[in-house]
Amino acid sequence: MKILRLAFKNLLRYKRRTLLTGLLIAVGVVAVIVFVGLSDAFKRAITGQITDSMLSHVQVHRKGYTASIDNLPLDRMLSAKAYGKLGDILGADPAVEAFSPRIRFGAMLSNYAQTTNVRLNGVDPAKEEAAAPLLAERIKDRTRTDAILAPGEVVLPEILAKGMALKAGDTVVLVANNKDGSVNGMTFIVAGMVESLMGPGGRDGYLHIDDARALLRMTETEISEVAVRIKDPQDVDMVAGRLQETLASMKNQAGQPMFEVHSWKQLSPFFNVVRMIDLMTLGVQTILIAVVLISVLNVMMMSVYERVREIGTLAAMGTRPGRIMGLFVAEGFSLGLVSALGGAIIGTGALWILNFSGVEVAFGGAGQVFTLAPAVSVGQVVSAALIVVGISVLASLQPAAKASRLAPVDALRHI
Amino acid sequence: MNIVTFNNVSKIYQMGQVEVAALRDVTFAIPQGAFTALIGPSGSGKTTALNLIGCLDSPTRGEVTVAGQAVSLLGRRSGADFRGRHLGFVFQDFNLLPVLTVYENVEYPLLMIRDQPKAQRRPAVERVLAAVGMADQARKYPGQLSGGQKQRVAVARALVGTPELVLADEPTANLDSGTAFMVISLMKQMRDAFGTTFVFSTHDPRIMEQAELTFRMVDGHLADTGVDSSGQGAS
Repeated sequence: MKILRLAFKNLLRYKRRTLLTGLLIAVGVVAVIVFVGLSDAFKRAITGQITDSMLSHVQVHRKGYTASIDNLPLDRMLSAKAYGKLGDILGADPAVEAFSPRIRFGAMLSNYAQTTNVRLNGVDPAKEEAAAPLLAERIKDRTRTDAILAPGEVVLPEILAKGMALKAGDTVVLVANNKDGSVNGMTFIVAGMVESLMGPGGRDGYLHIDDARALLRMTETEISEVAVRIKDPQDVDMVAGRLQETLASMKNQAGQPMFEVHSWKQLSPFFNVVRMIDLMTLGVQTILIAVVLISVLNVMMMSVYERVREIGTLAAMGTRPGRIMGLFVAEGFSLGLVSALGGAIIGTGALWILNFSGVEVAFGGAGQVFTLAPAVSVGQVVSAALIVVGISVLASLQPAAKASRLAPVDALRHI
Repeated sequence: MNIVTFNNVSKIYQMGQVEVAALRDVTFAIPQGAFTALIGPSGSGKTTALNLIGCLDSPTRGEVTVAGQAVSLLGRRSGADFRGRHLGFVFQDFNLLPVLTVYENVEYPLLMIRDQPKAQRRPAVERVLAAVGMADQARKYPGQLSGGQKQRVAVARALVGTPELVLADEPTANLDSGTAFMVISLMKQMRDAFGTTFVFSTHDPRIMEQAELTFRMVDGHLADTGVDSSGQGAS
């Protein structure tokens, strides 16, 4: 304590230099806290949007399906029996909140004047809303409020509906190739338009799973994928791994695994953006470390150089070399600690202001705007502060060691 | 009983290719309680002798004994411990810590070197501050003091740990003659009050007169020894 007290007094000896260095470090801490808060909020917002309105957290397919997922193959579907087994496993897993079977296929959409391609998901509306709770919010001009759609209705991608001048209540024709190559067509009422979202399935339409089965003339229920929603999104990797392990034991007649399990991280290209953001966060933290290291090292080297005679005096009076070293390390520690605390308080305050005023971010090409809620956990603030304090101590070690090694007789002669 | 003995002590500095002898086969002894001056012109070896007594430097040859301890071979840490226990220092430039008050400067050896508790430190600091007449200036910082006052504080700091020996290298060199005389008188009073041996270097003839025992140094040799009329001193 006495060493810290003396260290504070010595820091205040050069008020302007200490203040400038402290400010530099504090600004670095503020930058890290604000960046981490904003980037985490951005990741949470986009990840939530992707998983809650489209992909869900985990998807289970028949083995080999995702290799040709862009073709929406109808010959790599889960059989009714396989889906039944899967449903039992998912239903018994306490970490699973909901799951939704989907039949995904490509079709021709006609408004009787124009025809275009469309990718569709045949879903059970109640199950789909449970697995992707934000899907309903993405649907504009909905014709019903009790469900996203009903049998005989289709929700079309907004961008496609606009292009074909379609609106809710219009009748359209969907024509699809069946598994055996034959073609079937059915009429549907447009029940709404779903906003586009970046990533797989982001521009897909929706219809009832029974209609999909009828359109594709399926004699028995076959499922393209099962979207699984996890209670705690933090457990995605753990649950996906556990599910993969459980399902690995289920083999087909050829002795090959029947299922493949993927988390949203493996399915969505946005996960690469998340990783980039994490790398950028690491970069900002590295810059902070460099700023602290250089600033504190510079201040402490100057401090030792300017106080050589004083160090000689302390040593002559009988101060042990270790204690002299401790004095200078304590100065670096104090500088880092006060700067980190100041930066943490200002940074947290800045985030609070940003949170209060709201930060709007456009994401993807669909003109979607997210209002971010930037926040940092106590752990993140503490870790930023600890990094600063740790690096400050580290930066002080060399000048402090130099001070402790000064020969008193030489130091006292120093001018 | 002698508190300092020099036995054929030499100190040679290597200045590039040239060897410079600061002390050459110097032998003397300083009895306990003596008010001693090392005198001589600049470069005569006074400061080198003081540095050797103060364990700040080690001799090239010979043996230095201080307070019964052969100090020539003390390491950095043991040297620091020895200085902290047995010695006090007064410097020409006062060398007070500018960030500490007068009280804190005097308290420093007890707090940071001897790790004494506050209950022991406080009376010791107050006693020496009162003895040097600086009790009323205790809260001031060195920058607020005159040169004479600073040296009084330095004397108090040297004495606060009740060392056996106080070393003062040209303690009056940066003071006007009146203040210098006052500081030397104060040191002598402190010797009388605390029984501490004082060894100081000077080349000021009026200050030399105050010493009871003088060692005149010339070119690294001990030229002669003087003992005042009081009869104290030896060798």
